[in-house]
Amino acid sequence: MSLSKIKFDKKIVLSFWIILIALIIAAPTLLPVFRLNLLGRYLSLSIVALGVDLIWGYTGLLSLGQGIFFALGGYCAAMYLQITSSSEFPNNIPEFFALYGVEKLPFFWEPFRSPVFTFFAIWIIPALVAGLIGFLVFRNRIKGVYFSILTQASLLVFFNFFNGQQKLINGTNGLKTDVTQLFGQMVGSESMQRIFFWITAILVIAAWFFAKWVVKGRFGNILIGIRDDEPRVRFTGYNPVIFKTIIFSIAGGLAGISGALYTVQSGIVSPQFMTVPFSIEMVIWVAVGGRGTLLGAILGAVFINYAKSLVSEALPASWMFIQGGLFILVVTALPEGVLGWIQGDGPRNLLQRFGLKRKIETYPSLEVNNKEGNNE
Amino acid sequence: MNNKDLLNLINITVSFEGFLALNNLNLNLKKGELRAVIGPNGAGKTTFLDVITGKVKPTKGEVIFKGKSLVGRKEHKIARLGVGRKFQSPRIFENLTVKENLEISVTTPKSPLNLINKSIKDEQLNEIDHLMKIVNLAQKVDSKAGSLSHGQKQWLEIAMLVGQKPDLMLVDEPVAGLTDEETDLTADLLKSLSGENTVVVIDHDMEFIRRLDSNVSVLNQGTVLCEGTMETIQKDKKVIDVYLGRPED
Repeated sequence: MSLSKIKFDKKIVLSFWIILIALIIAAPTLLPVFRLNLLGRYLSLSIVALGVDLIWGYTGLLSLGQGIFFALGGYCAAMYLQITSSSEFPNNIPEFFALYGVEKLPFFWEPFRSPVFTFFAIWIIPALVAGLIGFLVFRNRIKGVYFSILTQASLLVFFNFFNGQQKLINGTNGLKTDVTQLFGQMVGSESMQRIFFWITAILVIAAWFFAKWVVKGRFGNILIGIRDDEPRVRFTGYNPVIFKTIIFSIAGGLAGISGALYTVQSGIVSPQFMTVPFSIEMVIWVAVGGRGTLLGAILGAVFINYAKSLVSEALPASWMFIQGGLFILVVTALPEGVLGWIQGDGPRNLLQRFGLKRKIETYPSLEVNNKEGNNE
Repeated sequence: MNNKDLLNLINITVSFEGFLALNNLNLNLKKGELRAVIGPNGAGKTTFLDVITGKVKPTKGEVIFKGKSLVGRKEHKIARLGVGRKFQSPRIFENLTVKENLEISVTTPKSPLNLINKSIKDEQLNEIDHLMKIVNLAQKVDSKAGSLSHGQKQWLEIAMLVGQKPDLMLVDEPVAGLTDEETDLTADLLKSLSGENTVVVIDHDMEFIRRLDSNVSVLNQGTVLCEGTMETIQKDKKVIDVYLGRPED
């Protein structure tokens, strides 16, 4: 890479950041509240997508159960909001309890009276649950498709449990947050939503930098090593179980933050966050955006969801077909995802096809290597 | 068994659902020794390495390394005790650069906290430079390992093995697919490693084994058929029968 190219790249990066920050600041005045709220929601979803990219794109763990941790974060936030806004209801407990004849607050609600506890619970509880599930699964060397099935089964267990517990957490109805109060303001109000948008935008950038820090250097290289050849990592003296547990736990924590932000902006958390299709969609965002690129996960989550809402407004029934088609297109034509394609040889190959660029002289891909023992 | 031995395999039997991959195998290695292990296909050569490195648990028998039993230990624990392994086809991390591959191997301690918190030590960087010079990969530091030629991959994996600083190096078919020249260089490299390290080389290539000029163990049907120098085993009637082929009558 020549010197002028490097300078050019730096300018691009700098202007990208200036435009991005300007857009974030200006978004609340440019967009109507409805659109702003949608954008805020999609940005919060991009945090869970970052977690999926860490565990799937980098470490090769295809989890179909990230909805568990996403919902746990949402419930933590909603429980705090409900309980601080329940002073005018009977027994000073959230309103829905009266429907089921519950008079005393269930014990696990108590700590959520504290905003400090809630602040930590939102990411630590999902991270701990993820760490525990992960450790048990990884220690028994369950991987590949068995891991995916197991995470999906766990998701169903959590879904059914939360769905059935009316007396504890309002079951299938979920917990509403938009009519609750936070710092003396209605959570669903326009001014609060604007603040939530900014918080979300900042946290997305923070989560992005955090994820970049995690995957850079030797720690990230071990993750890639585990993805590409786990036994080799083991024979080099590393314990993959610990590395996988840590990264799965980090992804769980990110999912929790994401779920909390999504909950306060959509006004409700319910077991619907733990349905099977939703967790699969998270994987699709990352696959379309580009596995192992981090930025691709963010862009994938935001753009696919935005497209979803635009298409659903115009042609309500067609979104599922478009999403399915998009997924098939990516899997067959762009296995690296859109961003992976751009960063790789994609544009060059396209230009070559139209005769606009010379072909490269050597073909490194000709080195076919049969990696035996890799599929044990 | 005596104190000079680095590794003792005692009456090792490995049974895969009744099929005996190893059958009462006994083998002792002295410190600093270079040992070649040969045998026909299915003789149990790779299973023999799997038992030492903890990938396969023996049905019966004991593996003693530096006075400690290895049976039942996890692979990464055995690796940390000082057993390094090079695989049959090169097993390197193709999506990482040459340097990153070597970083993974020379890094100690191998804990997540050390990896995420601290940058690599200077002495380890020097070690990497040194290794890359030995295996002629200094020009390729920042190339993806996947773009190397087959021979370079083999050598990178050997360099990774050396970088791990193991007391015992297990090398499985290091010259498969190499040119004659590369084969000779590899033989010299392995010879130079022995003395300080204990090296076990598994291969089919008789020219290569002869060049190693070491003691040879012949495996057949999961057991050690014969041990000795190349000359002795070439004259051994049992070896001729099962492996080298009977001269035509």
